[in-house]
Amino acid sequence: MKPLLEFKDIRKTYEMGDTIVHALDGVSFQICEGEFVAIVGQSGSGKSTCMNIIGCLDIQTSGDYILNERDVSLMKKDELAEFRNKSLGFIFQQYNLLPKLSVLENVCVPLMYAGVSKKERNTIAKEKLESVGLEHKLKNKPKQLSGGQQQRVSIARALAVSPSVLLADEPTGALDSKTGEDVLELLKNIHKNGNTVILITHDNEIAYQAQRVIRLEDGIIVFDGNAQDYKKYRVVIS
Amino acid sequence: MKYSESISMAFSNIFSSKMRTFLTMIGIIIGIVSVIVIVGLGSAMEDYIEQSFESMGADTLTVAIFGRGNTSKTVSDEDMYAIVADNSEYLHELSPNISCSSTLKIGNEIVSSTITGVSEQYFSIKDYTMSSGRNLTFADMEYRSNVAVIGEYINQTYFGGAGVGQTIKIDGNAFEVIGIKTADTTTPTEGSADDTVFIPYTTASRMAQTPMSSYIVSIQNEEKINESEVVIEDALYEIFSDDSSYSIINMSAMIDEMQSMVGVLIFVLTAIAGISLLVGGIGIMNIMLVSVTERTKEIGIRKSLGAKEKYIMRQFIIEASTTSALGGIIGIVVGVGLCTVATTIVERFMGEGISVAPSLDAMLISFLISSGIGILFGYIPAKKASLLNPIDALKYD
Repeated sequence: MKPLLEFKDIRKTYEMGDTIVHALDGVSFQICEGEFVAIVGQSGSGKSTCMNIIGCLDIQTSGDYILNERDVSLMKKDELAEFRNKSLGFIFQQYNLLPKLSVLENVCVPLMYAGVSKKERNTIAKEKLESVGLEHKLKNKPKQLSGGQQQRVSIARALAVSPSVLLADEPTGALDSKTGEDVLELLKNIHKNGNTVILITHDNEIAYQAQRVIRLEDGIIVFDGNAQDYKKYRVVIS
Repeated sequence: MKYSESISMAFSNIFSSKMRTFLTMIGIIIGIVSVIVIVGLGSAMEDYIEQSFESMGADTLTVAIFGRGNTSKTVSDEDMYAIVADNSEYLHELSPNISCSSTLKIGNEIVSSTITGVSEQYFSIKDYTMSSGRNLTFADMEYRSNVAVIGEYINQTYFGGAGVGQTIKIDGNAFEVIGIKTADTTTPTEGSADDTVFIPYTTASRMAQTPMSSYIVSIQNEEKINESEVVIEDALYEIFSDDSSYSIINMSAMIDEMQSMVGVLIFVLTAIAGISLLVGGIGIMNIMLVSVTERTKEIGIRKSLGAKEKYIMRQFIIEASTTSALGGIIGIVVGVGLCTVATTIVERFMGEGISVAPSLDAMLISFLISSGIGILFGYIPAKKASLLNPIDALKYD
């Protein structure tokens, strides 16, 4: 199976005053289409940097990042924007919905940047909102919704352009355990429908829900395998 | 992404904070209003000057004769008539014009009305008409008749409108009122041409015991007023060989001069008003910069969803220029409103026909300038917004 995205010895360094921080220190992995991967690690492990690079929000210091058979590091800013728009769907911990826009309009935003006509946009957005069970909240502002509902809106938004990769950054972090579980369930269903889902989390319990787990510590991969093996690995470690 | 969508996005942002938008626009509004009103007042001023000079005769030349020291060389009425007759392709009619300081009595009352000695052509030169009775005639000049045409104000005030046939006394001499000059305005006023007694210049000259020294000449063609002036000038120079012995007043040239002065004045005032447009523009830039900072997170989200730099830039520029263009429109509406109010006031105090008209050019130009200012001053904030790094912007709270 051809990999959908591939990290080849990715390094990312930041200068923090006089010291140089190696956020990612030679990370390599491949993710294939249809996988459900959890990238797990403590804060400072490099998982956020990893997600920013996967999401084309940040550029690595060295190494190659291939997404959809294209070398991301060679892309210009506009191409990156287009890539974020068409190939990636973001789900953030804080939902990051635009507060002034209605639920429907929020889901339409990425479609608008993709150049989809207004009529078509509305149709697609309604469809996606229906798939997350929010078809009755179209006209509401995000603030009028509960956290779980807002997260579902952001999932609908991420799915709107049918991206190659769905990138969820601590999607349950701001939610109580019950709604968190619902959101996870929703992500699992999305995966079952054939989508590639990458979940970034610090919580092993959540990581266990994925097919495959990549664990990062201090900028390097310490574990990469399926969820059952990861459970065993955790037992051994502790 | 289409421009129409950028525009509708800008509009929804503008209207979501109406108060702020209004305060942002106020500098532009004031600037545009002042430009429109000042230009309007300027045109009213030009109208007023033109009107008041026209009543003095824009198609006439006034000739004043000072004589040449003690020499007896002077110009007689006959000489002047000859000059007009010899140059009939330029000059049309002539009337000597002498103001008498004589005492005027109507009944037993001493009246302060002006007494002017004129020829029978004076009324035609001045475009005056008779409301009743007859005009002065050539015979009146020849016979130095004691007859007078009076203005409507005198007719109304002293004769109750039935002045023809009545008698007035000038320096104790009885003059018969033979005609009434039609009033210039619906309500004739004291001190105007309607408060004047016109008598034959020959009679006036005899009473004053001085030769005529002032003439009014009407010309054939208003376009050729300057050539006509030269014709008289040449003829008089031939007589006096000295150009300080006479003077020719060309009202039309004076109007031109006054109007160009008003033009300069208006230009300076408009430029000053323009400064407030500039200040308004800086106000817009200030608010847009604040808005970029406030919306850093939004910009980050939009970028993560695939907004290109040019879309972000476009959004902010359109927002800035829409704000200022909207300010421009409000300014134009308010300015036109103020001009209408000003017209009413001006008409009340300075008579009809003077309107503070907002010129279409001023409106168009100020609208273009205000939109331009939005683009100009919106550029820096928009550039700043578009260059924000998406991760930093997303983390911003």
